[in-house]
Amino acid sequence: MSKGILAVDNRGKRELGADKLVGWDEVTQGIVLTSFEGDAANIASLKAEERTYSDFNSYTATVASWRVIKPIYNRDICIDCQNCWVWCPDSSIISRDKQMLGIDYDHCKGCQVCVEVCPTNPKSLLMFVEAEEIETALAQWPEKKKN
Amino acid sequence: MAITSIKNLKEFSTNNDRFEGAHTLCPGCAHSMIVRELMNCTDDNLVIAANTGCLEVSTAVYPFTSWDTSWIHIGFENAATAVTGSEAMYRARKKKGTLKDPNAPVKFVAFGGDGSTYDIGFQWLSGAMERGHDFTYICLDNENYANTGGQRSSSTPIGATTSTAQAGSASYGKKEKKKDIVAIMAAHGAPYVAQLAPNKWKSMAKGFQTALETEGPCFINTVSACCTEWRFDPKDTIHITDLATDTLMFPIYEIINGHELNILYRPKNVVPVEEYLNAQGRYKHLFKPENKHVIEKIQSDINEYWDKLQRREEARI
Repeated sequence: MSKGILAVDNRGKRELGADKLVGWDEVTQGIVLTSFEGDAANIASLKAEERTYSDFNSYTATVASWRVIKPIYNRDICIDCQNCWVWCPDSSIISRDKQMLGIDYDHCKGCQVCVEVCPTNPKSLLMFVEAEEIETALAQWPEKKKN
Repeated sequence: MAITSIKNLKEFSTNNDRFEGAHTLCPGCAHSMIVRELMNCTDDNLVIAANTGCLEVSTAVYPFTSWDTSWIHIGFENAATAVTGSEAMYRARKKKGTLKDPNAPVKFVAFGGDGSTYDIGFQWLSGAMERGHDFTYICLDNENYANTGGQRSSSTPIGATTSTAQAGSASYGKKEKKKDIVAIMAAHGAPYVAQLAPNKWKSMAKGFQTALETEGPCFINTVSACCTEWRFDPKDTIHITDLATDTLMFPIYEIINGHELNILYRPKNVVPVEEYLNAQGRYKHLFKPENKHVIEKIQSDINEYWDKLQRREEARI
């Protein structure tokens, strides 16, 4: 956990991030969690890789264990329409400079919405079992369907 | 610097996400699509409050927060109160000159589910609208109390089965009609009130931007398909929302200053409501022969409401 006094209770000061975490039932005045280390004034202008996320930000956590199937992305077919980006519920489609770069497997829950909204033929995103290697998945990509 | 218009999705995708992943909303939940879109359609600083509901408990699981902006975890009913309080303090401090950066653009937003908007927080919301604070209230309408196990709310449509209005041999599910929250909010004389859906991302982003830019209390009702309680496969969230807008179950429209109604989406082919109902487990029982009259009732309600909207749009009243 990160440094800084973030929770104070009536029985004396206790630091969140000290040896012992403050339990949710021990807090009487509420907790302030900071999303970033240091100044967060221009966060909207920074890309994820330029930000200094604090340990409290869920960006540093993962929900990869929720998945049993995962989407795999085929760059060769993608037309960068960004449908998957706008409808991904887990902010897991990585798009930079109008280009789709790939999938953030730390935060993807495998809901398959991106595959459903993909307009290309064949789809540029397909679901595979979690253990599938990306190379073998790309090798068995389906051919273009003729109506 | 506010983003004033979004031409296409490619341009939209250059915005940096301020709603982080690894929240614990269900896979395929439309809540996070809507929240992401709100936070991507503006560069301004946001002060956000959320009523208790799926969104609140899933995005602030101690010790994590998924919000890259100021965000407060508040009671079931009072996100509108908390955010309007912040707005009042912001204005007072601006007047006194005690703000660190008085020129930084700040927008105030409250999120609530349909339980906290239509039912529990209704009085607080109505009060905040009446006081005329400069804020935007967004209702994530998934038509039930999904966080606590799918109880009926006053937003649940007629015929849906919920854990407290169950369909069975004696009942076809909820018997009452859905509350028309958009009309109620428009009747407060709010400068901007709208009903939007995440599948129509462009009208949604535009609606959000209009609401944020408009001075005064704005209300937006958004359709948030709930794969868990509506009982459909998570991958179909956008498909179900498409059906909801194309069957006119959820017409997309805005009301400006309480009387200028504009319909924002007219489906080319209006789909019969059976298709929307058939795609969800919560309406399965309606397809038994004895419940046929409920489907007819839903369809006639939709037709009537659509007719009313069109007449209101024409008459500007």
